[in-house]
Amino acid sequence: MVELTLPANSVIRTGKTWPKPAGATNVREFRIYRWDPDTGENPRVDSYFVDLDACGPMVLDALIKIKNEIDPTLTFRRSCREGICGSCAMNIDGINTLACTYGMDEIKGPVKIYPLPHMPVVKDLIPDLTHFYAQHASVMPWLETESNEPAKEWRQSPEDRKKLDGLYECIMCASCSTACPSYWWNGDKYLGPAALLHAYRWIIDSRDEATGERLDALEDPFKLYRCHTIMNCTKTCPKGLNPAKAIASIKKMMVERAI
Amino acid sequence: MADFNRGNRPLSPHLQVYRPQITSVTSIFTRITGNALIVAAILIVWWFLAAAKGPEAFARADWVLTSWIGDLVMTLSVWALWYHTLAGIRHVIWDAGRGLELKTAERLGLAVIGGSALLTLLTIIVV
Repeated sequence: MVELTLPANSVIRTGKTWPKPAGATNVREFRIYRWDPDTGENPRVDSYFVDLDACGPMVLDALIKIKNEIDPTLTFRRSCREGICGSCAMNIDGINTLACTYGMDEIKGPVKIYPLPHMPVVKDLIPDLTHFYAQHASVMPWLETESNEPAKEWRQSPEDRKKLDGLYECIMCASCSTACPSYWWNGDKYLGPAALLHAYRWIIDSRDEATGERLDALEDPFKLYRCHTIMNCTKTCPKGLNPAKAIASIKKMMVERAI
Repeated sequence: MADFNRGNRPLSPHLQVYRPQITSVTSIFTRITGNALIVAAILIVWWFLAAAKGPEAFARADWVLTSWIGDLVMTLSVWALWYHTLAGIRHVIWDAGRGLELKTAERLGLAVIGGSALLTLLTIIVV
């Protein structure tokens, strides 16, 4: 359902302003969303000040510096720090992206950081992605075959392999789905751009033999057709992929098989 | 990991923090203009019905619709009609699987905004 405002327990309060580093000349302000499940208080936004002369260039560098040197209770996911694991996806400066590949020089003014939008918050910048992963699993993101297994491997021509480019690179960081207003309002039933991009990746795989079943499963008023081509997904994808186009391709296949 | 406090988890901010994009703004305006046009259509039907009813009723309806506020509503409705038409054409292009590259989609969005303003101006000049 469309709900434009936040529920009472989610309204953001003004938080603490942490002290500025002494003697630093190149200081950047960070306004970061905080929520502690232990206190039962509403979320708040804390202000931190980071000495950029003693910090790496990426937003994640600053987050790690804050956690190491200013406030060890600041909680966020991170792992590879090179844009391949998808752990540090968050809302930075109004768009969803990976903290590890987003440079601070791309942001004007204070750096505002929130968890991925319209998700239940576990703590601070960590959203609960359980439902998101379940939706991914629901599109059967694996090779489905009926033929006898070949002696060596499932062969694919270079042309057919090329069709998977721009799809297989998805790292499931959830930036796209949580950027989508349609997913915000109907995320319980609409699969969202990430799961649908994965669905399409298997639908057009020349080796897959369950194309019909895959399309049948998406023939539903919500799962696929809540996409209204708003394109926030494509705009925000930190890997430069195009989920909106993948979804449009599925819709087109639906029409083509019906006529 | 202890999974306490699951029931009371806050919802992270969404509209409050997400930066508007050309594509998202043109999308929501397609919906807004579509709904507003229902009201405009009802007003015009009212005008016709009043004309069929008699001179007194027509004078009343005509007075409302040609007052400055009626003029404003009708002018905005003309814009809404052009906007919704152009956005509809954009959707047909998308449904054909074309124009879905980000740059093209954003240009189409700007074209819808610019085109609807231009066509509204032309309509006012001609009519």
